[in-house]
This record gives sequence, structure tokens and C-alpha cells, in this order.
Amino acid sequence: MDIFLQQLVNGLTLGCVYAVVALGYTMVYGIIQLINFAHGEVVMIGAMTSLSVIIALTGAHTSLPPLAILAAGIVVAVPVCMAVGYTLERVAYRPLRNAPRLAPLITAIGLSIILQHLAMIIWSRNPLPFPQIVAVRPYHFTGNPDGATITNVQIVIIVTSMLMMAGLLALVYRTKLGIAMRATSQNQAVAGLMGININTVISLTFVIGAALGAVAGVMVGTYYGIAQYQMGFILGLKAFSAAVLGGIGNLAGAMLGGILLGVIEALGAGYVGDLTNLCQLSAWSTAIAERCVDDPNLTLFGSNYQDVFAFLVLITVLVFRPSGLLGERVSDRA
Amino acid sequence: MHALLDPRQHPRGAWLGIALIAAALVVLPFALTSMAGTNWVRITNLAVLFVLLALGLNIVVGFAGLLDLGYIAFYAVGAYVYALLASPHFNLHLPFWFVLPLGAAVACFFGVLLGAPTLKLRGDYLAIVTLGFGEIVRIFLNNLSQPVNITNGPQGITLIDPFRIGGFVFDRNETIAGLHFTGPIKYYYLLIVVLLVIIGINLRLQDSRIGRAWEAIREDEIAARAMGINTRNLKLLAFAMGASFGGVSGGIFAAMQGFISPESFVLVESVMVLSMVVLGGMGNIWGVILGAVLLSFVPEVLRYTVQPVQEKLFGRMLIEPEVIRMLLFGLALVLMMLFRPAGILPSALRKRELETQKGSA
Repeated sequence: MDIFLQQLVNGLTLGCVYAVVALGYTMVYGIIQLINFAHGEVVMIGAMTSLSVIIALTGAHTSLPPLAILAAGIVVAVPVCMAVGYTLERVAYRPLRNAPRLAPLITAIGLSIILQHLAMIIWSRNPLPFPQIVAVRPYHFTGNPDGATITNVQIVIIVTSMLMMAGLLALVYRTKLGIAMRATSQNQAVAGLMGININTVISLTFVIGAALGAVAGVMVGTYYGIAQYQMGFILGLKAFSAAVLGGIGNLAGAMLGGILLGVIEALGAGYVGDLTNLCQLSAWSTAIAERCVDDPNLTLFGSNYQDVFAFLVLITVLVFRPSGLLGERVSDRA
Repeated sequence: MHALLDPRQHPRGAWLGIALIAAALVVLPFALTSMAGTNWVRITNLAVLFVLLALGLNIVVGFAGLLDLGYIAFYAVGAYVYALLASPHFNLHLPFWFVLPLGAAVACFFGVLLGAPTLKLRGDYLAIVTLGFGEIVRIFLNNLSQPVNITNGPQGITLIDPFRIGGFVFDRNETIAGLHFTGPIKYYYLLIVVLLVIIGINLRLQDSRIGRAWEAIREDEIAARAMGINTRNLKLLAFAMGASFGGVSGGIFAAMQGFISPESFVLVESVMVLSMVVLGGMGNIWGVILGAVLLSFVPEVLRYTVQPVQEKLFGRMLIEPEVIRMLLFGLALVLMMLFRPAGILPSALRKRELETQKGSA
């Protein structure tokens, strides 16, 4: 039970990060029906920028409290990522808005390669340790001293993500900009006739998504304690899977999908080893029984298959419910 | 280029051109060996291998219009089938004329396996799913060393058998009729033969009923179905054919290199093959070949020029050639899509489409 609770907490934390990144995908998809393939790279740049800021500030021996340094990292990373998001939209998407669907996807792949390798030139190809300036403090929330714990970092990640998601919902459903965004996503031409500046709204969608991505990048960096130029790829892919799981283009869906995917992944990684432990078959096969004497952990699939779960979820969802859990049936635009 | 090489349009010029190209292809490895060393023959072989891969992917992306970002997985499957059945790893040494077709068949099976559940998906969803599929294959190759050692994990498989026909071994140096044949030169001729066969298949496919049906699906799937085309079977066929070409190339790669590991089958390789198809001109066989040759040789040339230039300018190497290569790839993809979306040598149909689009916009 403790393992279950622990994996649930880990999954929830991870899921919140996925959800925040997934929002970036789903917002862009909702408004222009295109997958922003380079969004994962934006998250990576957010993590890397904040890493540089934090290292610079801790290296300067300022007497700032750790939380202020972390906040400074976010404050610098967010505008940098916003600029990257804006550039992406201008270079890769705006000129190709009426082109065949493959065209913007391919430019986005190209930009994603460029961003990755520029990051590699700037921050080296090795995984960099993300400075652990906030002391990790575990809390035993079950009352059992050996039981499941939740750390202060996890609490901060979950709370921040929830706040950002609430803020985004308020923005989309309560403000004038939100109305403009929803109108643009329904019909660009008519929205334009109603006096909405379509280009500005689309740019702002990219920029808001990138800002969320920047914060997510900082959270991932602090959570795993490591940052690398390739980190955005797999994270982006998982977040995209989460967005599809929830129903792409749907904000609530992205949040639900992200949290679900995080929990599925954590539980999967936690239990797949036990479930596929071949030693359970010892009674049937003497060969297995002999090997289990030496190695009681003779598993078919270990937790190193963790990354497979997201893809399996993605493929399953697309096959059985292509519009996702909360998505409406989308018509073919192909 | 297609028109130039069409004997019906320029009979004499075309045959002369074909004869010249053939002569150049025959002489090329010896010229390279004497002028630049055996290493350049190896580089040429890899370039031809990439041409094969690009032609395979062209069936899926260019002809049928299905964006596949996990194509390298089929290459990996072909390579691993060959490596497992013809190496000391399982102590199996089956002959290549059996293993190579088997590799193609297994890759073909994987192609259908990927194609079947994704038939209904639209372009960009399909891209992501194929990308995920490629990653799944790679993760399995990396981890299938436990509990039973199948793929030997990240260490890969070594000492893979070279091709062998009777007493004729492909990686042994030999002097035949006064000419010194090194291993790479032998593989070069083998690759050229395979390449000619695959180009032949592609040309025939393109103008066949199947090829026209693919084109119709690419342009408008619903209209194609209304015309009585069995879109499901034809899309599966595109995946299967593309995959089996990838499988054959993979088998040759394994035999030629003698060593494979999951490192050779990462996403970047898929993107590179896709870049070749896009850069050359999706759907045009000659364009794809040009794209593959360009993207294979330019990085090698860079490797030999970037380093000395940087050392002369800055006194040391600032940016590795590998990184510059990737940056150029990315830039090429972006610029091509922005300024010449149909590729260097666009297929006639794509060109027409783009012109009418420009006219109507």
C-alpha cells in the first residue's frame, strides 16, 4: 500500500508537469489545428536558462534566500521562452498557415533540431546537475515513519501547476483575450471580421504556451536535479501524448490527460517489474526455478521500460478513441 | 531529369547519358581508392545505403503521403534480424540469401503492425505515433538483454558475418583480372546492383495502378475511396513496401559494418532520411536520390573542411562538425519548406499543385 501511495504521489507530481506542458500543445492545436512539434524544446530552453541564472546567482555569493534565486531563474526563463515561442510562430507557422499540413510539421522538426543543437553549443552536450538550492524535506503523510512521503519540492510543483492551470482557465474563459482566442479557434475568417487581430491572438497563444513551458522546464529541472539539451524531446512527446489522451484542443482534457499519464507511468514503472517477475512461474519450470535461486528479481520487463508506457497509451487512445477522453468528435480536415 | 533520361523523348541523348552514368558508376570506386583512399569508398557505400533508405521512405511519404517519423525502426529490424542469425551471438551462421529476405519479411510484418492501428489517423497524428513506434523499438533493442540475452543491449552485436557466395567473401581483399578489389569495393558493386533493382521497382510502381492509387490517396483520401480505391489495403501496402526496403538496407548495413548497436537507430536518423526525401523532392525518385546523395556527402566534406578552417581562424575547434551538420539539416528543412516546398527536383504533379495554389491564393 505504501508503494502504491508513493508511486501515486510521484505520478501526481510528474503528471502536473506533463499537464502544464500539454497545455502548450493543446492551446496551439486548439487555435490553428497544428502540432507545435518544437514545444518540448521550449521547455528545455526554460530549464537551461534558469539553470544558468541559478548557477550565476549562487556563484556570486549573494545573500539571497534559495526561493528568491529560484524565482529569479523563473523570471528570466519565462521571457526567454516567450521570445523563442514568438519566433517559432513567426518563422515556422505563420508563413505556412495555408500550406499543406505536412509543411509546418517539417519546419517545426527542423527548428527543433536547430534549437537542440544551439542549446548543445551553449550548454554542452553533457547532462548538467541542476543546483539543488532548496533543501528537499520529505513529509510522512500516512503517519507511518517508514511509509510513503511527499517532499516540499513535490508540494510546490503540484501547487504551482494547479495555480497556473486555474490562471489559464480564468484567462481563456473570463477575459477579452480569452474570448478572442476562442473565437479565432472556431472560425478565423469570421473572428477577423469581428475586429479581432488574428495574428496577434495566435502569437499570444504561442507566447502563453511558451511561458507555461518555461515554468514546467524549471520544475522538471528541480525535480530530477538534472538538465540536458535532449530533455525536451521525450518530455514533449509525453506531454503531447497527454494532450491527445485528454482530447487535443481541450484545456481541461490536457490537464486530466497529463495527470492520468503521470500516474499511469509511475504506477506502471512501479509494478511492471513485480507483475512480470518470472519467478512466479517457478512452480511450472525447473529452469526458471534454478535461475530464481541466484536472482529473485528475474523480471521480463523492468522499470527501464517506463518510457514505453506513454507511447502505448498514446497509440491505444488514438486507435480506440481518437478524439481523446474529453474531446469532441473532430471532423477530418486533412 | 526524368525527361532527359526518358528514351522515348530523346532517344540518342538518353542512351548516351545512361552509358556515361553507368561508366562513371563502374569506375568510381577505383578512382576514389586511388585519389582519396578506401575510406571514401566506405563513405560512398553508406551514401548508397541512405539512397536505398530514402527510396523506401519515399514510397510511404512521397507516394502515399503518410508521414512516417519512425522509419529507422524498420532499418533496425532488418539489421538485427541479420545480426542475430549470422553472428557468433547465437552461434548461428545462416547464409545471407536466406537471412536478407527474412529480414525484409520481418520488417514488412512490423510495417503492417504499425500500419494497421494507425490507418484512420490524419497526417500529424500519424507522424507522432510513428515517432513513438520508432522509440519503442529502440527501447526494446536497448533492454532486451534481460532476462534472456536477445539483443545484447546497448553493447550491440559484433563480429557479424559478411556476405558470402560459395568461396567468394565480400570483405576479403582479392585481385581479380589484374584489379585489386578491396572489401568496400565489392560491397559497392553489390549495393549498386541492389540500388538498380530498387530504382527499377520504384519506377514501375510509380506508373502502375498501385502508384496512381497512392497518388490519389495522397491528394484526397475520401475522393479516392469514392473512386473505388481500397484505401485500407493500399495504405498497408505502402507501409509494408517501405518497411521491407528498410529491412533489406538494414541487413546490408549489418553485414557491411560487422557491428550494430541501438545507437545507430535513433530518431535523428529517421529525421535525416526524411530530410533527404523532402530536400530532394517528395515523390520524385530522381529528386530523392539527389537529396540522399547530397545529405550524405555534404557532412563528410564538412568533416574534412570545418575542422581545419576553424583551427586556422580561432586556433582551436569551437563547434564540432557533427553539430554543424545537424544545424544545417535543421536549417535545410526550414528553408526548403519556406521557399521551395516541393524540393530541389519536384515531382511534376507537386509542381503543378503548387503553381495552381499560388494562382488561386
